[in-house]
Amino acid sequence: MRRGGLKAREARLAFFMLFPTFAIVLLIVIFPVVADFWIAFKDIKLGDLRPPRAVVIERVKKRPKAPGDELVVAYRVENRTKNPVLSTRFSDPLPPGTSPKALPPGCRVAAGALSCAVPGPKPGERKELVVTLTATEAYFAAGKPNPRRTRPEVESRAKNPLLAKPFTLQNFLRVFKDPEFWPMLKVTLAYTLFGTGLSILLGLFAAQLLAVRFAGRQVLRGLFLFPYVAPVIAVAFVWVFLLDPFSGTLNALLLKYGFIQQPIPFLSQRYFPVHFFGLTLQLPLALTMVILFEGWRYFPFAFLFILARLQAIPTELYEAAKVDGAGVWATFRFVTLPQLAGILATLFLLRFIWTFNKFDDIFLLTGGAAGTETITIKVYDYAFARADLGLGAALAVVLFFILALFLTVYFRYAPKGEV
Amino acid sequence: MRYLLGLVTGAVAAVLVFFSAAFSLALFFGMDAELKLGVALLLGGVLGLLAAAVPPEKERLWPYAVLAALGAVLALPFDPVGLGPLWSALLGALAGLVAGYGLRDLDFASGEVLELLGLRLLRAAGFLVFVFAVVFPFWAMLAASLKPRAEFLQDPANLALPLGKPLRELLEGYRAVLFDYNFLRYIANTAYVAVTTMVLTLVLSVLGAYAVARLDFPGRRLMERAVLLTYMFPAIVLAIPLYAIFTLLGLRDTLSGLVIVYLAQTLPVALYMLRSYFETVPASLEEAGLIDGCSRFEVIWRITLPLSLPALASVGLYVFMIAWNEFLFAFMFLDTPEIFTLSRGMVALNSQEVPYQYLMAGAVIVTVPVMLLFFWFERYLVGGLTAGGVKG
Repeated sequence: MRRGGLKAREARLAFFMLFPTFAIVLLIVIFPVVADFWIAFKDIKLGDLRPPRAVVIERVKKRPKAPGDELVVAYRVENRTKNPVLSTRFSDPLPPGTSPKALPPGCRVAAGALSCAVPGPKPGERKELVVTLTATEAYFAAGKPNPRRTRPEVESRAKNPLLAKPFTLQNFLRVFKDPEFWPMLKVTLAYTLFGTGLSILLGLFAAQLLAVRFAGRQVLRGLFLFPYVAPVIAVAFVWVFLLDPFSGTLNALLLKYGFIQQPIPFLSQRYFPVHFFGLTLQLPLALTMVILFEGWRYFPFAFLFILARLQAIPTELYEAAKVDGAGVWATFRFVTLPQLAGILATLFLLRFIWTFNKFDDIFLLTGGAAGTETITIKVYDYAFARADLGLGAALAVVLFFILALFLTVYFRYAPKGEV
Repeated sequence: MRYLLGLVTGAVAAVLVFFSAAFSLALFFGMDAELKLGVALLLGGVLGLLAAAVPPEKERLWPYAVLAALGAVLALPFDPVGLGPLWSALLGALAGLVAGYGLRDLDFASGEVLELLGLRLLRAAGFLVFVFAVVFPFWAMLAASLKPRAEFLQDPANLALPLGKPLRELLEGYRAVLFDYNFLRYIANTAYVAVTTMVLTLVLSVLGAYAVARLDFPGRRLMERAVLLTYMFPAIVLAIPLYAIFTLLGLRDTLSGLVIVYLAQTLPVALYMLRSYFETVPASLEEAGLIDGCSRFEVIWRITLPLSLPALASVGLYVFMIAWNEFLFAFMFLDTPEIFTLSRGMVALNSQEVPYQYLMAGAVIVTVPVMLLFFWFERYLVGGLTAGGVKG
């Protein structure tokens, strides 16, 4: 077999093997990002997701008393959505033993069934179509069936509002004009920076503790990973419970050992005055708690990577340092730290991006209240709490561009071969 | 100098031992413990002086025995944590051991003795703080799930497990959550979603990873990178369009819709992890299989996969964990209570004004399966975590 033929066959096989993964990633990740841009330029509300359609309600206006009398039925065609319907068609079998007497325009009777086509209706518009029938003997013989026993079948034609609405810059203008925009960016940056830094510092410290061999080290390593592998919903609720000002264990402990005189609402107070050498600092309390949670929950991630790296440092380096008379601190500073530089930088970039993207933690802890509203929380707030998908998507686009900036930095500066 | 260091080290060691013991016995076991600081300092000082006189060394371990015995005897009359003679003796002995351990193998003449002692203190404090920070919330979760609100509110700073109660009463929170609030159903739903996601991700990522690792085609590294890049995308950015599209397609309020989203979240990194592993499997084994007339898929099934079982376990566990723990999409997509996953069910529970006992029982129920898996397969899971850098 020729080499070229084999190569082509391999490429084809590879294509088939990779296709499902690509398809899913394309559909669920790439396409939504594109769709985000689309929605961001349109005034789309959550309610627009309901396809616009008309409802038809049938009422009997006049019942016949004797054969030959009129049976008057009114059909109300109504658009209860916020988007226009192009045209509506409905059909409804006539009660047996009736014949049409007067039909509104657009309606006709064929094979014992009434069918009507009307333009519209526009959002909120109602149209009434009055159909007059003549009741015969057969109608009375059938026991005067109520015309409402058969329900009209309705079919509406409408453009999907996601596609139909015009493009606009309004969403972006509103995002940037929101007085909370810049404070929110500041909070996001503080949360990301300090949360990342804290989790890596704690991870570094924990890794140092477990770097030497001792009995029970494996158990401790497993234990230290707990905050990270436990479901976020469980740990977030537990911390909310522990930090509660009325029934929370943490406040009870601080009160019991005399550190505070009054319970502190850790997650719902924006600022907490801290007296420090006669100065009073306004500590952003809820934000600090959220950052501490971030450090607590994600230190195991840094810990795991740093520990793996620590154990890979050749012992000769330490022996050489000892021969040179380096002390504990000097050894850490000039041997360990340089060896960890690569992994620390990578961890910082990675965690920075993920913390920036983080939504669940703050959402479950504070819901974004008390000065903890980050950009992801705001996206949710716009899109779902305020039911304004377009506005949320516009902010998501802004978020995406900031992230793209970070990613560029990441791929440029991340050391090769780490993580 | 030597004895001064011994005095200080011993005092610090004793305070650490007595304080952490008194604090945790009171908090975790509801004991009426207190810390007598003066007694601790005095006792520790004496033990420290002794340890400085005859510090234990690698070849000389008997000072530990002496220190422990002396600690136990000296602590007896003073009752340093106020819990009676047994605890006094036990903790006194422990204080003696810790003081000795802190002063072991020291060259008091060397210039870095202070540095070394400081480091040992830092390590000891570090262990205490980290273990406490990790254990505390999970213990609190368990304790609160076993106590009715009134009982808990009597003293929120007492997290003792009320194990003396009859079992029915003890597990009331679990009974209520599992049966009255339908968590049994949610467990089944979550397990279904997690297992389906795991199986599909494994199948698809094995195929994809094999293609990238073994087959030659243009731009394969670039493709892998592009797939991996999607791993950095924030879920909330995808949430709005996915919500819109899935609503229009009728996929939103379904478990299948959830599985598709989870697949997209786990496939890239699963592909990456398996690809790295497949590259460590010698290609010559597979070539032998190919020459013997196996097809590519037979080679994968009979040679590559059996050799990659550890990697498959890592990836599988990691995917299961992600799917089991996921919150955002479950929260946004699911409206029908019959198909709630545990995360979604917890949110529903939280908004129903139910007692905290039930909520904590729910939290324990969500957490325990992950923890059990984690402990059984820790080796694999750690492998998965480091290889993939589980997103979080």
